Amino acid sequence: MNLTEEQIERYSRHILLKDVGGAGQEKLLQAKVLIIGTGGLGAPAALYLAAAGVGTIGLVDGDTVDLSNLQRQVIHFTADVNRLKVESAREKMEALNPDVRVVTYPERVNKDNIAAIIRDYDFIIDGTDNFPAKFLINDACVLSGKPFSHGGILRFDGQTMTYVPGSACYRCVFNAPPPKGAVPTCSEAGILGAVAGMLGTVQAAEALRYIIGKGRLLTNRLLIFNALDMEYRQVNIRRNPECPICGEHPTITELVEAEQPICDLRSRYHA
Amino acid sequence: MKLVINGQEETVELQEATVAELLRYKKVEMPEMVSVEYNGRFLRQAEHETVRVKDGDRIEFLYFMGGGMAG
Repeated sequence: MNLTEEQIERYSRHILLKDVGGAGQEKLLQAKVLIIGTGGLGAPAALYLAAAGVGTIGLVDGDTVDLSNLQRQVIHFTADVNRLKVESAREKMEALNPDVRVVTYPERVNKDNIAAIIRDYDFIIDGTDNFPAKFLINDACVLSGKPFSHGGILRFDGQTMTYVPGSACYRCVFNAPPPKGAVPTCSEAGILGAVAGMLGTVQAAEALRYIIGKGRLLTNRLLIFNALDMEYRQVNIRRNPECPICGEHPTITELVEAEQPICDLRSRYHA
Repeated sequence: MKLVINGQEETVELQEATVAELLRYKKVEMPEMVSVEYNGRFLRQAEHETVRVKDGDRIEFLYFMGGGMAG
């Protein structure tokens, strides 16, 4: 593929980077990234990936825009309240960059649809707000050998890690979802809007660096930050031989329904 | 004894303590919701009661963090 003159100008600040260059930009234009959740994390990730010229971007979200989303979900505007988030986001991304093809999935991921949705994509960004979805995304990506970025935020805190086949997965660190209600969500405990932006852009940068194949991804590392004191920390993690999905004796060999089996999984872990 | 907890060296007034006792000493809320990495290895929940910390150990308390999408 050859970049047009307009593309050379649009992406000139990428092309100037030795680690991106024209070849890296062409890889971005041919890449396919899926963003699950078009909210606090997905909104900044979607904008940066669209601006970067990622050729195909999938958006999965069954929700509509709520007024209380606008404090941090920067891809949605006041006039978008009550619209489908994936439609609101697609419109902004296409306006930002006509090179980008946006594919929308106005639904929630579940054990029956996720494998087919992620199949066509090179990299997946988890921007969901709930643990059943986070574990389902991890399991689907591990079982299908798809790289993905995990992200979680709460109050002033964020944490993120990247999985590629062979590296530690989310379940290596957190064995099973917490019981419903045990860990507060952003809607219960609050979130500083900019924290979502900080984390979502880290996830976007992981996707971009995975595609261009440069640098060191956040694999086998958990990046943790606290924006109240603005402190960053990295915890080295490694594959857990007792991990229920990628360990030596996996107990999860097919996708499990996200909501229902939390207690089962916990009792198995704690047994 | 001196431990490195969440990357910070600190002296704890404990002797022969289990990980569970350390979690209580550090006043960690909902210790059953914390994933503990002990010298680079993730502990099973049951091991919190059996693994004893010793001088120089490195311990990470990792918390669940959701968030992202909904309002």
